[in-house]
Amino acid sequence: MKNFDVIVIGAGSTGVPCAMFLAEAKLKTLVIDLMPSVGQGQNKTAIGGIRATHSDGSKIKTCLESITIFRDWRRLEGDDIGWQEGGYTFPAYREGDETLLKNTLAVQKKFGLDIDWIDSAAVRKIVPGINPENLRGATYSPHDGNASPLLAINAFFRKSVKLGAAYRFNEKVVQILIENGSIKGVKTNKDTYQAPFVVNAAGAGAAQIGAMAGVNLPVVCDSHEGGITEPVEKFFAPMVVDMRPGKSSKNIYFYQNDEGQIVFCLTPEPIIIGTDRRSTSLFLPLIAERMIALIPRLANIKVRRVWRGLYPMTPDGFPIVDAAGQPKGFIIAAGFCGQGFMLGPGVGKLVQKLVTGSLSQDDRQTLEGFRLRRQFAGMEVFK
Amino acid sequence: MRITKHPILPVETGEEITFFFNGKLFKARRGEVISSALFANGIAVFGHHSKDKSPQGIFCANGQCSQCSVIADGLPVKSCVTAVNEGMRVESLEKLPSLPELENLPAAGEVNVVKPDVFIVGAGPAGMMAAIELGKLGAKVLLVDDKHRPGGKLVLQTHKFFGSSADCYAGMRGIGIASELEKEIGNIPSVETWLNSVAIGVFSDKKAGVLKGKEYVLVEPKTVLVAAGARERSLVFPGNTLPGVYGAGAFQTLVNRDLVKPSRRLFIIGGGNVGLIAGYHALQAGIEVVGLIEVLPQVGGYKVHADKLQRLGVPIYCSHAVIGVEGNGKAESITIAEVTDNFKPKPGTEKTFAVDTVLVAVGLNPIDELYRQAVSFGMKAFVAGDAEEIAEASAAIFSGKITGLKIAASLGLNCGAINPQWEEKMKVLKAKPGKISNQCVTTHVTPAQAGVQPADNLDSRFRGNDGGEQLHKSAGRKANVRPIFHCFQEIPCDPCVSACPKHSIRLTEDQLTALPRFEGECTGCAKCVATCPGLAITLVDYRKDKDNPLVTIAFEIGNDLLAPGQEVTIVSATGETLGQFPVAAIRDFKINRTLLVSLKIPAALAPQVAGIRLQGNGVRSSFVTCPGQVTNEDLTPLPQMTNEDLTPSQNIVCRCERVTAEKIKEAVKSGVTDFNQLKAITRAGMGACGGRTCEPLILGMYKSEGIPLNKTTLSTLRPFVMEVPLGQFANIKKGLGIGD
Repeated sequence: MKNFDVIVIGAGSTGVPCAMFLAEAKLKTLVIDLMPSVGQGQNKTAIGGIRATHSDGSKIKTCLESITIFRDWRRLEGDDIGWQEGGYTFPAYREGDETLLKNTLAVQKKFGLDIDWIDSAAVRKIVPGINPENLRGATYSPHDGNASPLLAINAFFRKSVKLGAAYRFNEKVVQILIENGSIKGVKTNKDTYQAPFVVNAAGAGAAQIGAMAGVNLPVVCDSHEGGITEPVEKFFAPMVVDMRPGKSSKNIYFYQNDEGQIVFCLTPEPIIIGTDRRSTSLFLPLIAERMIALIPRLANIKVRRVWRGLYPMTPDGFPIVDAAGQPKGFIIAAGFCGQGFMLGPGVGKLVQKLVTGSLSQDDRQTLEGFRLRRQFAGMEVFK
Repeated sequence: MRITKHPILPVETGEEITFFFNGKLFKARRGEVISSALFANGIAVFGHHSKDKSPQGIFCANGQCSQCSVIADGLPVKSCVTAVNEGMRVESLEKLPSLPELENLPAAGEVNVVKPDVFIVGAGPAGMMAAIELGKLGAKVLLVDDKHRPGGKLVLQTHKFFGSSADCYAGMRGIGIASELEKEIGNIPSVETWLNSVAIGVFSDKKAGVLKGKEYVLVEPKTVLVAAGARERSLVFPGNTLPGVYGAGAFQTLVNRDLVKPSRRLFIIGGGNVGLIAGYHALQAGIEVVGLIEVLPQVGGYKVHADKLQRLGVPIYCSHAVIGVEGNGKAESITIAEVTDNFKPKPGTEKTFAVDTVLVAVGLNPIDELYRQAVSFGMKAFVAGDAEEIAEASAAIFSGKITGLKIAASLGLNCGAINPQWEEKMKVLKAKPGKISNQCVTTHVTPAQAGVQPADNLDSRFRGNDGGEQLHKSAGRKANVRPIFHCFQEIPCDPCVSACPKHSIRLTEDQLTALPRFEGECTGCAKCVATCPGLAITLVDYRKDKDNPLVTIAFEIGNDLLAPGQEVTIVSATGETLGQFPVAAIRDFKINRTLLVSLKIPAALAPQVAGIRLQGNGVRSSFVTCPGQVTNEDLTPLPQMTNEDLTPSQNIVCRCERVTAEKIKEAVKSGVTDFNQLKAITRAGMGACGGRTCEPLILGMYKSEGIPLNKTTLSTLRPFVMEVPLGQFANIKKGLGIGD
């Protein structure tokens, strides 16, 4: 039983939903991961935000698809994945931020997003206790949300297994087998598996897997630290993104999950390139000062745990979801720039259609923005 | 209730303050922690869990778990590590706490970095000894401890220590050793001690985060030594999280540190030294010990500790397991049963006892997370004491001393070679209790058995370890006085040797673990009787009346329980009744806070006499009319209770997230072998204690499901070892926490 229709490399935020949708299409699917269980790469370091409020059509449409899947999961499948429709808000304290946010609204609305500008009083209503000084207002997209990356990936995993997907954990891919320019399978440190399709969903390891297939992927990791608090009674619903730069940092963002815990993250400035995932002493003093300046009462919430995760970055901040063309059968779903969790289910559907050759016109348009052979010249407005 | 008199500990009343609990006014002592103030007022239920409304009380009383959380002045706190203040408004935690709004924007402060040569985490026996050795050599040492006084668990130990008098303070009580070490450290200028300071984590940039009181400080040492001690293991059984079920160490904190009497009648699960000593501490605190169970056929702790309990009338049930703890909202009874060789309960052997408290003493786990993390970050790190390997405090003292010198050598300090004998000695001190002579094994002596055992049926094994027969012969030849050793098990202990002014007590070949022998002259000074940590030496004095010699016994349960002329029940070394005799004389051997009780006993019986029974037709039931004191009836099982009320949902593995054993088993059976995935699916280990209480239980469950540990993946270590308010990391000075 070593012959498969498709092999997915990576059992993470992207690979598992890919496997789920590939198995749903009755494809004999194998997932290989070098870790001992699902989601042990960057999935568990994701804080769980899910938004369609991006600055371009491809990501907006893919995430709208994802949101539908996250939102309906419990109703259709029965598992609680911690989904909350809490929305996203980007409060603006500076004129430049207000302008940038308002300018993006037009694009976002064009793709059907329910997003608008709200004034300072309205912001204070949805984020009680937010620092009102110089608060100009915010964008607010009520249908964005959040879910538990841990629960979601395990739910997708169970579903994919039910649909027939097979998993090999603790296995390291050592070679991509190619014959006459076509994918033939994968060799690991333990075994060899045949398949005409290989999906590179290797997250932080995507560039190495790409190289095995002779495909150069411009994916470089940088690291961000995050943390989680004790649970407290819910007092705000949306993900709050503070875009202002601060001491050694760009933006910070946090929300209160369905357990009542506040999950938070900081984008360091300058960025820290590399794959070191060990916590540093710098993170908490930095983010503590900023979170408390934004919502003073957070001074008293107790921090439970911190960690550091990787953002597999592309030069322009957009992912690569594409069929490589050469070798034939090599599908890339990588470079999610820290948004693999929210993009995962939507990308899973696209990968299913890429493999089965059933892309619609609309899907093709979406994938235009995620092509491997693009200039990487643009820049995502808010990563 | 408070302890108003204690045979060993000084009872200081302290300043009285008032506080509110759920709106009602109560009294507390200034400086004591909220949990102890609540127990002193008879409150054992601190709230109900937000997930399943289960009642919550203390478990560790040591800041390690979070079961004791309450709301204090509007903020959720661990009641066991938060001091109660005058007028404080304490409320039970009945749902998720809400975060009070802050009026003003607090100002953040800088985070200071300090750079000692050696950063020692934990000022217990190991940490203090290491600090002393390093400090004497001039190393710049920073010693931190989360408690308000140094000493670690030494300050809870009212019993005299075993071990070696020459090397580790054997014969002294733990509390006394702590004071000695504290004094010694105080005299070393290069050792800086931060109390009320918690090392919360280490980071990959080789710094450690420390909460120095309310200030957050980063410590960047050349070397870190983790001597953080141990935490108590939990046990899974129905009712295991009911208020009233808690760790034996937690109990010692309540009674011996805070002088609070949290119970009237308790039961102990586990026959290791911690459980046995907790039973002894309970008796000293005036609490009835209804029984102690050990699942193995023999207690694991020192035999002298078990014997002490049995002599005082505490039944020890070996080969017994807990079936469940029952009660409406708090512990009201415990059901135990005999187990088969495979540790399965034997149907029909269940017994139920009415108790208000059940102590869990099923072992300790090292608190070594900071060490493991420091090593993974490439820091130069050492570990000592229980954090390295669970053993007696005497071994921890040695371990600290040796590790201190190893660190000194690694820092290039001129400390000379470490005496190779030290490692050898530490090994001896760490050794498990050795063989028991004369097959005198402590097994399952019920009060019924103990009570009906006729004295004349006792065989020679109850007559001292070097033979009663010989003694009789010598007593017949001429009037004599000599000690009798009711010491049958090889353990590292020698205080009796140095206690004898005539040097007549020796250990075979001077081996620390050998049994003591008497050779030579005895003046009858009884210093050996007063010194023996196991209370296993008596003095038999034939000089005045060779047919009715005077037997002197050590007694340290209560100074006012006995009076001359009072008739008491005399028992053998292991607690068998020998008869009723009047107390002839009582001498207060003040140095050791030990009473020496003398009784005239017929010569045939005298060498067998080893103690005075307290419970169950003993001193308290016969002579003390204090309400609530134990009677023979209290030690007798109730008619057997059914377990119908015990639903599996009470079988809790993860206390923080209320995850049941059934849910974990289901996940394990479905093939989950990665602990991280198990956490993700079940939330076990995701709570406030960071999985430190449930992870060892879950590893045990893997084992019992037949999954070898090398097939499992352990959970990822992450900062922190405890939850910390966000504002502390920004060094916010005002508006943070309680008491501002």
